[in-house]
Amino acid sequence: MTATELPPAPRSRPLKEPSRFRRSLGRHWYAWAMVLPTVFVLAVLVMYPLVQGVWQSFTNLTEGNQQDVICTKTLGGGETCKDNPNQAEFVGLDNYVDLLTGERGRFWEQFTNTLVWTVACVFFHFTIGMSLAVLLQRRFKGRSLYRVLLIVPWAVPSFVSAFAWKFMFNQRFGLINSTLEAIGLDPVEWFSHRWTALFACIVTNIWMGVPFMMVALLGGLQSINQDLYEAASLDGASPWQQFRNVTLPGLRPVSQTVVLLGTIWTFNMFPVIYFVSGGEPAGQSEILVTGAFRAAFEGLRNYSLAATYGVLILSMLIVYASVYRRALRSQGEVF
Amino acid sequence: MGETVPQAIAPAAIDGAGPADHRTPPPPRRERSPLSSVALHATLLVATFIALFPVAWVFLASLKPRAAIQSSEIELFNSPSFDNYRAVLFDTSFPTWFVNSVVVAAFTMLIGISMSATAGYALSRFNFPGKRQLMWTFLVTQMFPVAILIVPIYTIMADAGLIDTKLSLIIAYCTVAVPFCAWMMRGYFDTIPRELDEAAALDGLGPFATFWRVILPLARPGIAVTAFYTFLTAWGEVAYAIAFIQSEENLTLGAGMQQFVPQFNQRWEYLTPAAIMVMIPAGVVFFFAQRHLVAGLTAGGTKG
Repeated sequence: MTATELPPAPRSRPLKEPSRFRRSLGRHWYAWAMVLPTVFVLAVLVMYPLVQGVWQSFTNLTEGNQQDVICTKTLGGGETCKDNPNQAEFVGLDNYVDLLTGERGRFWEQFTNTLVWTVACVFFHFTIGMSLAVLLQRRFKGRSLYRVLLIVPWAVPSFVSAFAWKFMFNQRFGLINSTLEAIGLDPVEWFSHRWTALFACIVTNIWMGVPFMMVALLGGLQSINQDLYEAASLDGASPWQQFRNVTLPGLRPVSQTVVLLGTIWTFNMFPVIYFVSGGEPAGQSEILVTGAFRAAFEGLRNYSLAATYGVLILSMLIVYASVYRRALRSQGEVF
Repeated sequence: MGETVPQAIAPAAIDGAGPADHRTPPPPRRERSPLSSVALHATLLVATFIALFPVAWVFLASLKPRAAIQSSEIELFNSPSFDNYRAVLFDTSFPTWFVNSVVVAAFTMLIGISMSATAGYALSRFNFPGKRQLMWTFLVTQMFPVAILIVPIYTIMADAGLIDTKLSLIIAYCTVAVPFCAWMMRGYFDTIPRELDEAAALDGLGPFATFWRVILPLARPGIAVTAFYTFLTAWGEVAYAIAFIQSEENLTLGAGMQQFVPQFNQRWEYLTPAAIMVMIPAGVVFFFAQRHLVAGLTAGGTKG
């Protein structure tokens, strides 16, 4: 085993101290050997494509110019190949400039949709999940039955949930419009307007995501020391004061994690938008992830533009995650 | 995540999670007025109804004939029969897609677990140079949008001539499955007391033998849950499947079922029974896995 096989080896170690490296190798070789398969897979399947993707975002690669050589069959059955004159080439920041100025694609519309989508979904996931967790934490008959039944939406594969809600939001015969008509309201053409289409997607995703929050927060509630409640009620705290001053601070470690995870998952949620609204009307309800997918795999496949989307989405998430963690740290995260 | 993240969340915090279950009991039953008891049950009943209704409605629809599905009248039953199920199973490619999904998900699961089990153990037990960077990499890969890897992986697969094969999907799913499994399993290994390792070392076992003969057998429930969840993630994935697979006989469930409901001439009488049949195995697997699932996720997420 050599140092080059081990990407996570620290860079700080100067090369001229082989003895120190050898000592380190002697002490840690088994740990490194154990992580080697994972590191290998990550390097080949994640890092290499990632580097390739970043590189592609600086080229003008599309379906039409991806080949290095063009080969033509000759009459004799052989093949002659020559360099593709229109081969994809380095174009610098052109993709980024075009995307961010709206020259190509509809970045800002999709960005706004993504923000509305993520904030609405995570907000309702958290508040509904929290309310249900607080209710389920009490002891009463049927508690575990409720708990199991409320988890059902989590057990349904996401594309199936998306189809189910698409079925219910159907403009012609969907249950939701039928119900609206039955109670004397006008049916809504859900997928003919940007915000109603997005609304349908958000409802679907809230339905899918609440159980995870509920179960995670329920776990958090159960890890709060019950003596704190006793002390608070001895001091005459009302239930609401107990919730504000004992429950919420006690839940903070769990809620930090689930809100971070939930935001990232929702931001990247592909099947709901893709199946429920399909971007209708005319691509106005796309979020960034589905926008990137359509750029890459529909119409003239513009791989480089999709790669640019990918780099921008990932950068946004990394910035978000680090700002989020820094903000929490400055509040003093240990309660 | 670094060491700065709170340690307060115990992996055993969730109902019945894992061997190190030392949570405090739920609050003692306080006097509750009948009114608030009714309100409690009413709220939970409404929530349960909302949670179950879409599934139930799809099931009811799957029993109706085509004309009744596509009518705007609200009725629970309309000449119920399993004809739609028979049609999906015998007149469409649904069974092929089903088998394809099983194959792809099973191989993803096997590769994910076998490539990451030792790493999960090393991350749980040892301090070694590069550990932090590796944990950080796992976290960032969970953040990866499908958009950033799908294009380069597609072009790499196209160069290798693997487009439209199940293998290409398995490889693509491993990009998520391997770091995810390592992350989850580390959480489970953390719940196994270190004293066992020390005892094994005193008995003369090396780190590999300790892992293989002492820890791995104890971690079986955790591995099973990680495996289940990896299976379900691959089972429900659609973006790669839609992009990579072109021919009907290689499609997996999500991508295939999409063909039942194109823009025009939507065949809901095929989609609804197919949806129910996809849901049943997923649901069964899920309910065995879910108790331990959140514990692993949040434990991995908060300790570093």
